[in-house]
Amino acid sequence: MSDKILMKGNEALAEAAIRAGCRFFFGYPITPQTQLPEYMAKKMPKIGGTFLQAESEVAAINMVLGAASAGVRVMTSSSSPGISLKAEGISYLAGSDLPAVIVNIQRGGPGLGGIQPSQADYWQATKGLAHGDFRVLSLAPAGIQEAVDLMGTAFDLADKYRMPVMILGDGILGQMMEPVRLPDPVESLPEKPWATTGTKGKRKHNIVNSLYIQPEALEEIVRARYERYAQVEANETRVETWLCDDADIIVTAYGSTARICRNAIRAARADGIKVGMIRPITLWPFPSETYAAHVPHTKAILDVEMSMGQMIDDVRLAVGNAVPVHFFGRTGGVVPTPAEIRARIDEICKEA
Amino acid sequence: MSVVFKKPDALCDVTMHYCPGCTHGIVHRLVAEVIDELGIVGNTVGVAPVGCAVFAYNYFECDMIEAAHGRAPAVATGCKRANPNNIVFTYQGDGDLAAIGTAETVHAASRGENITVIFINNTIYGMTSGQMAPTSLPGQVTTTSPYGRDPRQAGFPIRVCEMLSTLSGTAYCERVSVDCVKNVMQAKKAIKKAFENQIAGKGFSLVEVLSTCPSNWGLSPLESLERLRRDMIPYYPLGVYCDKEPFAAFEEAAK
Repeated sequence: MSDKILMKGNEALAEAAIRAGCRFFFGYPITPQTQLPEYMAKKMPKIGGTFLQAESEVAAINMVLGAASAGVRVMTSSSSPGISLKAEGISYLAGSDLPAVIVNIQRGGPGLGGIQPSQADYWQATKGLAHGDFRVLSLAPAGIQEAVDLMGTAFDLADKYRMPVMILGDGILGQMMEPVRLPDPVESLPEKPWATTGTKGKRKHNIVNSLYIQPEALEEIVRARYERYAQVEANETRVETWLCDDADIIVTAYGSTARICRNAIRAARADGIKVGMIRPITLWPFPSETYAAHVPHTKAILDVEMSMGQMIDDVRLAVGNAVPVHFFGRTGGVVPTPAEIRARIDEICKEA
Repeated sequence: MSVVFKKPDALCDVTMHYCPGCTHGIVHRLVAEVIDELGIVGNTVGVAPVGCAVFAYNYFECDMIEAAHGRAPAVATGCKRANPNNIVFTYQGDGDLAAIGTAETVHAASRGENITVIFINNTIYGMTSGQMAPTSLPGQVTTTSPYGRDPRQAGFPIRVCEMLSTLSGTAYCERVSVDCVKNVMQAKKAIKKAFENQIAGKGFSLVEVLSTCPSNWGLSPLESLERLRRDMIPYYPLGVYCDKEPFAAFEEAAK
């Protein structure tokens, strides 16, 4: 563990990936994540790694697929429109049971959208990323230290479950600077006997593939993958709860928005309003049980997002009709203020 | 009894799915013979395309990756960069390489990526049963150019070797044909050179193989070979389009 140093989110993510044993980065410039590839471009040649600026996001994710097939730790990063382009490759990664880490520093959408922070890719990250039955494990850090810590986790989980893992950040996380402690570099990486490293004449050929022309064979392989997803749901769900035990109102938010909500909650508590927070750290798997556990003693839930309301679908599924689930969101790159969130809390108090 | 002719060791002992008269089998065999002769099966990784050769991952004894449509050069790039001592080749058809994967092809060549590309040009989409390809000839009837390819409506066929030879990064491209024994022998020489170039670190090497598709051309295997000679070779002349050492030349010039 290093001393505390001041780092920009994008750069801290890059350094954390290197310390997690990632030596291969393939990407394409897009605001507001560009400092991540820039950091890789500077650092990788010095440590025997590879940075390659691809001709497109599509090519970049397929280079990731090639390197992942070869058994190395590999990542790419992008922002919203670029993730849409990577969608095809992410589906192939999932269908080929390949580990890789994808960072999305979200910006406003749809289309070219904007370049300011957003959380409008929640559905994309957790549900409809691309074609086919598959999951991506999505991690949502709320600060740079957590982002750094989750980067190592992301690579470990990708290798453990042989699946793509996404770090879902936003323009705030990518661009802000905070003091962080960097982890020590990992010393050993897991063996990957399935990788296409050459048979060396010692084994049957390895095939990395997502094509199964017989429906029954494809169904069997997808079902087996879903058994692995069930293990992920059972073992890897992460969530932070804060001041929930006596809370009349529970605010729920992820990522940077949760940081902003914290200020609104502190202000409300100072005025005697009992507010707590549930902050999902994994978006898939979603921490539904945590919501269910707090429903009996709370009066209302307020979901806050930098979008028109996407995570709220999962919150409602978790809560059912037990208590009302309210929403407050800003979108298009507009960042909600603590005062706006506090005002919504006050409105809910009046209704309750 | 002595064996006078056998299957190359680098080919799996399985039944292939190719149609009768299709020349994929010849090209698979040539690639496998070259892998055998160079003694590289244990450190070779092949990348299969989407197209008729989609199942190529079942046909070669080396490690294999099945890429998304057109993305084989990008997948090969990642694989080669991760293990530079391995020999990485792609095997792609015309739709894969020259339509949906044009960017990946051009940029892999432009980077001088040290990979070998085997490019099957049969002027048609075979796997989806006979649609117009980027290499379909003017006037060629396909299911999506039922009145014949009209360049005013559907543009002109792409000459891949000519295009790639203009790039500084391309080390080698040659167009060959497998319509007769003499040309098959020449095709093998070209494929071998394309692998040897990679072993020598010369960079991006591509062999374009003019091939037939009797099923979707609606011709007999023999008539297909005649069409290849009569219609394809005049538009796609055989020969070496580019044979250089891009990095050595650049570094020499920079001295």
